[in-house]
Amino acid sequence: MGIESALGEGFFTTKIDALSNWARANAAWPMPMGLACCAIEMMAFAGPRYDASRFGSEVMRFSPRQSDVMIVAGWSTYKMAHAIRRIWDQMPDPKWCIAMGACASTGGMHRCYGVVQGVDNYLPVDAYVSGCPPRPDALLHALMKIQDKIKTEHSVLLDS
Amino acid sequence: MSLELNKTEQGVVDGLSSDFSEDLIDVYQSCDHTYIRVEAENIIQILKFLKEKHHFIFLCDIIGTDRYTSDERFEVIYNIMNLRTQDRIFVKIRVEEENPHVPTATSLWTSAGWFEREIYDMYGVRFEGHPDHRRMYMPEDFEYFPLRKEFPLLGIPGSIELPNTTPDTE
Repeated sequence: MGIESALGEGFFTTKIDALSNWARANAAWPMPMGLACCAIEMMAFAGPRYDASRFGSEVMRFSPRQSDVMIVAGWSTYKMAHAIRRIWDQMPDPKWCIAMGACASTGGMHRCYGVVQGVDNYLPVDAYVSGCPPRPDALLHALMKIQDKIKTEHSVLLDS
Repeated sequence: MSLELNKTEQGVVDGLSSDFSEDLIDVYQSCDHTYIRVEAENIIQILKFLKEKHHFIFLCDIIGTDRYTSDERFEVIYNIMNLRTQDRIFVKIRVEEENPHVPTATSLWTSAGWFEREIYDMYGVRFEGHPDHRRMYMPEDFEYFPLRKEFPLLGIPGSIELPNTTPDTE
């Protein structure tokens, strides 16, 4: 490593993309969209036993301006869809979305006129979690998938 | 089937037979409850009579049903309770499918306003004289009544608006 030996102790070289993706991946703050029973499981995911802070995601932000990952936990009605979309639009880029549980992914058992059959009808979902409700470790798995996705992002210079 | 009416219920049936003999259609019992079917026209006077003379002062609920028959399709059921004796009776009226309308019970019980709005939202039965006759769950411009039998399980595609999938630019 030519340049590092020239700089001496205490320096290493990397790409700005790799550094920013590493930083982003380990500080993905969730925007909890707790709409139904899945929200309880999402609280367990943030709590001491499953401990999302091991992944840098312990800071549940109730302001969309400060969050990176929206976790849609529970069923979305058509009436609520507009509010969810508004909050999603208020989140700053780059942002990711987890559809947690059967209802958020497909409408689940709520096969009726009032419930949107999957939030991917109006949100760009990155990870779907199966289960009714999913265990908190399943949600952690989805978070790890999101982290993998963040780590393979395109160049930060192309974000604009 | 012989009726097993207790004192309160017997009093109600006797009172209705003498004061509203024209309107009383049927009295029957099922699942330990007593049902009284009357004509829809004087329903408010009948409910007022039950409330004031027989102490059925508490309106628990108003229920709508779709019988899916060609005549007298919708049923409106008043679930009222006597708080002195804890007796409950159900008063039923039937309305036609064509322009279904019932006089409102909000003059007797303010809470009836909520129940009637819900029935209007789900079945399309109008309650005349209601102070705030809006839909309750569905959007105001929704054209269907979801609990009618012909309404499909998953609704009418595109009848309720979904948000845009692109950000709003004002």
